[in-house]
Amino acid sequence: MSSPHDVVITGIGLVSSLGEGPDAHWQKLAQPGLEPVLDAGRFAPYTIHPLPEIDWNLQIAKRGDQRQMETWQRLGTYAAGLALDDAGIKGNDELCATMDMVVAAGGGERDEAVDAAILAASESRNDRDVLLNEKLTTELRPTLFLAQLSNLLAGNISIVHKVTGSSRTFMGEEGAGVAAVETAAARIRSGQSTHVLVGGAFQTEHSDMLLGYELAGYLHRGAWKPVWQRQGGEGGGVVTGSGGAFLVLEQREHATSRGRKIYAELGPIVSGRAKRRNGGLDAEIATLLDQTALPNGELLAISGASGAHTATAAERAAFAAHPAIAARAFSTLTGHMKEAQFPFAVALAALTVERKAAYPAFDAATEKPFAGIPTTVLATAIGYHQFEGMGLIKAA
Amino acid sequence: MANLNDHMGRPIVAVTGIGVVTSLGVGKADNWAALTSGKSGIHPITRFPVDHLNTRISGMVDFLPSSSKGASPLTYELAETAAQEAVAEAGLDSGDFAGPLFLASPPVELDWADRFSLYNSDKQDAGAERLLRVARALKELDIFETTQFGSIADRLADRFGTRGLPITLSTACASGATAIQLGVEAIRRGECDKALSIGADGSATAEALIRFSLLSALSTHNDIPEKASKPFSKDRDGFVLAEGSGALVLESLEAALARGAPILGIMRGCGEKADDFHRTRSKPDGSPAIAAVRAALADAGLSEDEIDYVNAHGTSTPENDKMEHLSLSTVFGERIGSMPISSNKSMIGHTLSAAGAVEAAFSLMTMRESVIPPTINYDNPDPAIVLDVVPNKQRNAEVGTVLSNSFGFGGQNTCLVMAREPV
Repeated sequence: MSSPHDVVITGIGLVSSLGEGPDAHWQKLAQPGLEPVLDAGRFAPYTIHPLPEIDWNLQIAKRGDQRQMETWQRLGTYAAGLALDDAGIKGNDELCATMDMVVAAGGGERDEAVDAAILAASESRNDRDVLLNEKLTTELRPTLFLAQLSNLLAGNISIVHKVTGSSRTFMGEEGAGVAAVETAAARIRSGQSTHVLVGGAFQTEHSDMLLGYELAGYLHRGAWKPVWQRQGGEGGGVVTGSGGAFLVLEQREHATSRGRKIYAELGPIVSGRAKRRNGGLDAEIATLLDQTALPNGELLAISGASGAHTATAAERAAFAAHPAIAARAFSTLTGHMKEAQFPFAVALAALTVERKAAYPAFDAATEKPFAGIPTTVLATAIGYHQFEGMGLIKAA
Repeated sequence: MANLNDHMGRPIVAVTGIGVVTSLGVGKADNWAALTSGKSGIHPITRFPVDHLNTRISGMVDFLPSSSKGASPLTYELAETAAQEAVAEAGLDSGDFAGPLFLASPPVELDWADRFSLYNSDKQDAGAERLLRVARALKELDIFETTQFGSIADRLADRFGTRGLPITLSTACASGATAIQLGVEAIRRGECDKALSIGADGSATAEALIRFSLLSALSTHNDIPEKASKPFSKDRDGFVLAEGSGALVLESLEAALARGAPILGIMRGCGEKADDFHRTRSKPDGSPAIAAVRAALADAGLSEDEIDYVNAHGTSTPENDKMEHLSLSTVFGERIGSMPISSNKSMIGHTLSAAGAVEAAFSLMTMRESVIPPTINYDNPDPAIVLDVVPNKQRNAEVGTVLSNSFGFGGQNTCLVMAREPV
């Protein structure tokens, strides 16, 4: 039964190594046996899924705005623009000025050349703190700080796209993306918001972004493999990708009154924090699956599994306990996009519901076929290190 | 019997515990004594060498065990210390809080001390390649966790037994207020009957100082540190970087009364509005800040005439104080000249991600104690800013309602309205 306060998805903005926009992603992902776009050379021994070629001018009209951002903020601002366009909100001053925003963000790019020079000099200097002052005061570009600040992705979206109802930035890897969608949906259900822009972006093509995983040995090394097949491989199992995902979530009544196409309805979104050191992840995933009130029968699951050994094994085991679930781990084809992971999963789930057709297996050796029409689809993001979430996306 | 629901039918949200740490000390008692006597916590920087730096003063918290251990450990300790005080005051189990956690904290990065020690642990290859190779051989997770944006909240969730996925957020210098707003909203939506909202910032590193300095945001009045932060003065020249934390236990009034908890104040309303003008500057007409104040008043169900005191954002930058005056005088009209408006930052500096929470804590204490902390260093008033800033000396006054402003880079504007008593 639909209700006026349902949360529906009316706009999708996607960027990954596969291309940009929902159509491009659908066309690629619907091809059985699609090969991933990989770059195994630039950050060897790590493989990454690089950004596609993007004409930033299409969503960020002013060169001055582009110059104020590094790639991460540009990517997020671009993906946000795609979602606003898709929902028919871009350029509508009134809708933008009343639109709320929750962005899931990490940090932006540091100046690698300055850092490398400081590190090189540190080999022959004992007064490293003084060295730091000396170099940073003279070599940092003053506005680079703004390109690094977590909340300035949202800030740039306000400036470029004029989304100014409210602006909140959640931090904390995949969990931030889960909480962003969960909070946005709760605002709409309670009548606090009528339409919310929610999403995130991740730019992996920077050594610090890889370091953020590798300080705990999470990255996969050696030859690329699908997400589910990295157990026991060299390294920690995660292959990263650059990309972004933004959604326009809207109150059903608000969407229908302005005559918009609805991709799908957002069902329950649940989240958790397993005490993983005590081995609590298996039980937490099982609990979350129970809380989402899975429908009877065959169920397509758009999994945000990262490939990280422990977390991915736990998710796989949880799915094995639900034989009706046919999982599609999209990071096999896009790489892991950290804060953008859950919004991306929700977007792909909405797309398969709207197209009334399931994705073929992204890893035919591991993932089961799904023959039916997906009317309710599960989206998951089990964090590579901490925090978990999932939700149901239903036919509108 | 008090009303349990507000003017919009939502559960009224009470504050039942308050905790605070600033450069003035640990805890409400020490902070309040210093704040009301007009004492400054701003002092020369000793944590790192100040060679080549234009700003050599700050309001760093230098007296905690983690003060010299880096931004993540110090931010955690600041958050934990304030939260412990708040949870204890609320009379709740400090290991089983059983409500959600909202943490405002600074974005994290690999600390330079760790960067140097990883890099210099061997001599093969160079640059990022060496860091990555050394990193993957690490056996401990300590350094890794300082680079994960969710780790501080994860540890706090373990420590206090909060429920569910903790939310770590940043709205720049409005973060602390946003953490409170998220808690208020969760209770109003009926998702929980209590929430722990914390703002904590221990990120005053050399690099942070240099970054703000390169944006010309910091005061360079180094010679007499305690005089450097002078909000609303003609010769104000920037904010003073500082650290601190504030924590509030928020509880539905119904739940608080049912368990006989102390009602320390009421969170009446929250308002926000984003600015699309510029990354660091406000729209010249002040309209987003004006809209945020008005949204908070509307949410609180109060008119302009019903605000007794404004706890200003008052950073002491030329831009902020001018814009804040413009927006307040637009909202409050002629009354603005006779309303008390003071800036805690004149004494504690700008605690960044913590500021909104620290200043909410002080706003609640202002009402409870019937004492308004002063704006110190107000020796040379800006003639373009005619305000009653409660200059230099505390003032005894009955204060029933407070507006607390928080504005941040990236167009963030968040305002909180608090009241002493339930309606």
